[in-house]
Amino acid sequence: MKKRVLSATMTSLVALAMLIAGCSSTSTTQTPAEQPKTETPAPATEPAKTGPKQLIVGRGADTKGLDPITQTDGETFKVTENIMDTLIGFADGSTELAPSLADKWEVSPDGLVYTLTLKSGVKFHDGTDFNAEAVKYNFERWSDKSHPQHSPEGFEYYISQFGGYKGDANHIIKSVEAVDPTTVKFTLTRPLAPFLANLAMSPFAIGSPEALKKDVKKFNEHPIGTGPFKFVEWKRNDTITLEKNPDYWNKGFPKLDKLVFKVIPENTARLTALASGEIDLMDGLNTDDIPAVKDNKELQLFLRPTNNIGYIGFNVERKPLDNPKVREAIAYAINKPEIVTAFFDGVGEPAVNPMPKTMWGHNNDIKDREFNLDKAKQLLAEAGHPNGFKIKFWAMPVPRPYMPEGVKIAEAIQQDMKKIGIDAEIVTMEWATYLEKTRLGEQEMFMLGWTGDNGDPDNFLAVLLDKNSIGSNNYTRWANDEASQLMMKAQSTPVQAEREKLYKQVQEIIFKDVPMVPLAHSTPALAGKANIVDYNPHPKGTESLEKVDIK
Amino acid sequence: MALLAYSIRRILMLIPVLVGMSIIVFSIIRAIPGDPALTILGEKATPQAIADIREALGLNNPWYIQYFDYMKDILSGNLGESLQTNAPISDEIIPYLAATTELTIVSMLIAVFIGVNAGILSAWKQNSWFDYSAMLIALVGVSMPIFWLGLMEQWVFAQELKWLPSVGRDNSRNPVEAITHFYILDTMIAGQWDQLWEVIKHLILPGIALGTIPMAIIARITRSSMLEVMRADYVRTARAKGLTQFWVVYKHALKNAMIPVLTVIGLQTGLLLGGAVLTETIFGWPGVGRYIVTAIGNRDYPVIQSGILVIATIFVLINLLVDLLYAYIDPRIKYR
Repeated sequence: MKKRVLSATMTSLVALAMLIAGCSSTSTTQTPAEQPKTETPAPATEPAKTGPKQLIVGRGADTKGLDPITQTDGETFKVTENIMDTLIGFADGSTELAPSLADKWEVSPDGLVYTLTLKSGVKFHDGTDFNAEAVKYNFERWSDKSHPQHSPEGFEYYISQFGGYKGDANHIIKSVEAVDPTTVKFTLTRPLAPFLANLAMSPFAIGSPEALKKDVKKFNEHPIGTGPFKFVEWKRNDTITLEKNPDYWNKGFPKLDKLVFKVIPENTARLTALASGEIDLMDGLNTDDIPAVKDNKELQLFLRPTNNIGYIGFNVERKPLDNPKVREAIAYAINKPEIVTAFFDGVGEPAVNPMPKTMWGHNNDIKDREFNLDKAKQLLAEAGHPNGFKIKFWAMPVPRPYMPEGVKIAEAIQQDMKKIGIDAEIVTMEWATYLEKTRLGEQEMFMLGWTGDNGDPDNFLAVLLDKNSIGSNNYTRWANDEASQLMMKAQSTPVQAEREKLYKQVQEIIFKDVPMVPLAHSTPALAGKANIVDYNPHPKGTESLEKVDIK
Repeated sequence: MALLAYSIRRILMLIPVLVGMSIIVFSIIRAIPGDPALTILGEKATPQAIADIREALGLNNPWYIQYFDYMKDILSGNLGESLQTNAPISDEIIPYLAATTELTIVSMLIAVFIGVNAGILSAWKQNSWFDYSAMLIALVGVSMPIFWLGLMEQWVFAQELKWLPSVGRDNSRNPVEAITHFYILDTMIAGQWDQLWEVIKHLILPGIALGTIPMAIIARITRSSMLEVMRADYVRTARAKGLTQFWVVYKHALKNAMIPVLTVIGLQTGLLLGGAVLTETIFGWPGVGRYIVTAIGNRDYPVIQSGILVIATIFVLINLLVDLLYAYIDPRIKYR
C-alpha cells in the first residue's frame, strides 16, 4: 500500500516540479532563443558521419500541391525546385539567367522566335527521356484549355506571364515546335522581352509527360521531374521527404542524400527545434532573434538578397488622395530611415522606387524626399487642406518579409501624420479579407508589398502600377497613360539597354505622381546549423538545394 | 431492459443533434468574410481566374442549394473534396485524426492518472500541506496559457536540457512508416522498439501541455467528490469494520466518487480532440485541429465543414458513451 501512495505522490511531485519550473521563468523577459547556450550538443545535432547526409529544413507552412504549374505560393516552389528543372535557370544568388535544361538559346532579331538547345541524355525520374517533345507536351498542357491534362482551375502563372491561353487575344506563344530531340522553337505573337526570364520561373518546370498522362491528379501528390532530388513521401502538414537523384545531369550534385521539409508553424518553436538539433535549416527567422543566432556558435545566419518592396499605397480614386499634392505631403511625413531602423532590425533598407535597388533598370538618380513635416504642411495647405483631414489607414494583419510588423509601422506613421493635422484611423482585418478588399479598391491609404518572381523590372513596375493591372495587383488604382505606354513599350523591346531607359522614365513619373510611397526593401533572414556549406539563398525566395553540403 | 431502451432512445436523440450541428457549421462558415477563390489563388490572382474558380466550386449558387448538395453527399458517406488538395476529405482526415487521437489519449492518461491520484490524496489528507499545494497547482494549471506552457517546456526540456524533442510526432531523420497512422501501434507492429521510444518521447511534452488543464480540473473534481463520498454512511461502516484507509479509499469510496469524474473526463476528452489547435501549432503536431485551422486560412469550405462536423460527431459520441457508462455504473440513475 505504501508503494502505491508513494508512486502517486511521486507523480504528483513531478507535475509540481514541472509547473514550478514553468512559473519561475515568468520573470525573464528573454525569448527562449536568447538563453545561455549549453556547451555540449545533443547527439542529434550532428548527423551521423557515416550514414546518409540528411538535411531537415524547417518552415512555417505546408506545400499546397506539388504540380508547380497549378500553384503560386513559395512553400510549393521551395520543394518542387528540387524535383523539377526549368528550361532556363537563374545563377546562384542572383536573377541573372543561366543554363538549366536548355544549354543555350538564340533570339531572332525581331524578337519573335526563340530557339533553345536542350541538354541530351537527361532522364526523368521515371526513366523516360527528357527531350524537345517533352517540352512541347508541357507547354501544350499549360496553354490549351482542351488538353486532357489541363486543369479546370486554370494555371494562374501561365495566364499572367503569357497573356492567357491558346486562342485568347493576348496570348503570346503562337507555337512551340520540337525541331529535333534537342531543339525546341518558340514563336511569339509579339515580342516579349521578359520571355526567357519567364521560362526560368518555378511554375514552368518541366514534368514527365508519361507521368502526367498516366494520372495528372497523382502528379500533384507525386511529381516526376529531372531535378536533383526524387520525391519519396508527403505526410501532410508534417514532412515532405526527397532523396538524391543519382542520375542527375549536373554531375557531382546533389551533395545530400536526403532532403526533408518539415512544417513547424511557430517561428520561436522552429528556432528551438533548430537549436536542439531536430532540424538543420529554417526560414522565417524573427528579426528579434537574429542576435541570438549570431551569438550561438552552433548556428549561422543567412540573409536572402533583397528582391521585394514594402510600400504605403494610396487609393488615388478616393478623395482627398486623388490630389497628388496630398499624396506628396504624406510622403514627406513618413520617416523611412527611422521606420527601417526600428522595425526591420538592420535587415532592410529604405526604398526610393517600387523595385529593388539590386535589379537592373533601377533609377539611382532619383533622390528621395526627406522626412520634412514643414514641407508636408505646406503642401497640404497648397492642396486646400491647411488643417488636415481624417483618413482610414489599412494596416497589414500578418507579417510578411517585406512588412514585418504592419500595425506597429502604421502606428509610427500615424503619429507623424498627426503632426501635420492628418487624423489617421488604423484599420485592420483578417488577411484574406484584406487582400480581397484592397483588390476591390475599398481602402483609402493602405500598406502592402510584393516579392519578385523573375528578376525583371516588368515584374515589379507593370504588376504594381500599370493601369491594366487595376483589379489584380495595382491596388493604388493609379492609371497613368504615359507610364503604361512606356511599360508596354519596354515589354516588347528586345534590347535590355533600351528597356532600362524606359523603366527609368517610368520610375520618374511614379516618383513625381506618388501613387505609393516605397517604404523598404527587406532582407529575409534564415538560420542554419554551423556545418551547412554552400547554401545560397536566392533573391526570388526559393531555391534548389542541390549544392548544399554538410561538413 | 430499461437500460437497452434508454440506450436506444439516447442514440436516436443523436439524429436531430447532428442535423442541427450541420446547419450551424454550414451557416457559420458562410459568415466568414473573404472570398475562398481569392484565397486559393493567393496574392497574385487575376480577376478572371477568381471568377472561373468561383463558378467551378459552385460558390455562385444560393446557400440552400449548396447546403442540400452538401447533405446529400454526407449522407452517402462522401465528406467532399478539399479545394486545396482535391483529395477526398474522408481519406485525408484520417492521419490527422489519428495524430490528434494519439495525443489526446496520452494527455488524458497523464491527466487522469495524476489528476485522480492527486485528488484522492488531497481528500484523504484534507487540509494538509499536500492538499493545499495540490489545489494551488490545480488552480494555476486551470489558468495556465497553453501557448506559454508549451514554449517553456520546449525551452527547458528540448533546448536547454536536451532531454526531449520539441516538435513533431517522430524523428524526421528516421521517420516512422505509417500503417494505422497511430505511431505507437505502427512502431509496435513493425517491431521497431527504438522508434517506439522516439514516438513516446515526442508525445511527452505536448501531452503534458495539453493534459495540464484537464489534469487540474480532474484533481479538483475528484477531491470534492471524494470528500463527499467519504462522509457517506457506507464508508463509515467500512471503516468501522476495521478496513485500512487505503482499502476504504480505493475500493469503497473511489467507485462512487468516480461518477462525476467520469463525466468530466468524457467532456475533457471531447474538448481536447477539437481544441488542441494551440498545442498542435507550437509542437508542429500534424493534428486535426491544425488541419481545420489551415483550412480556415485557405477558405477551404468543404474541409472546414466536414472537419468540424467530424469533430462534433466524435464529441457527441463520447458524451453518449459517458452517459451510457454512467447509467451502467450507477443503477440508481433513472432512464427517462
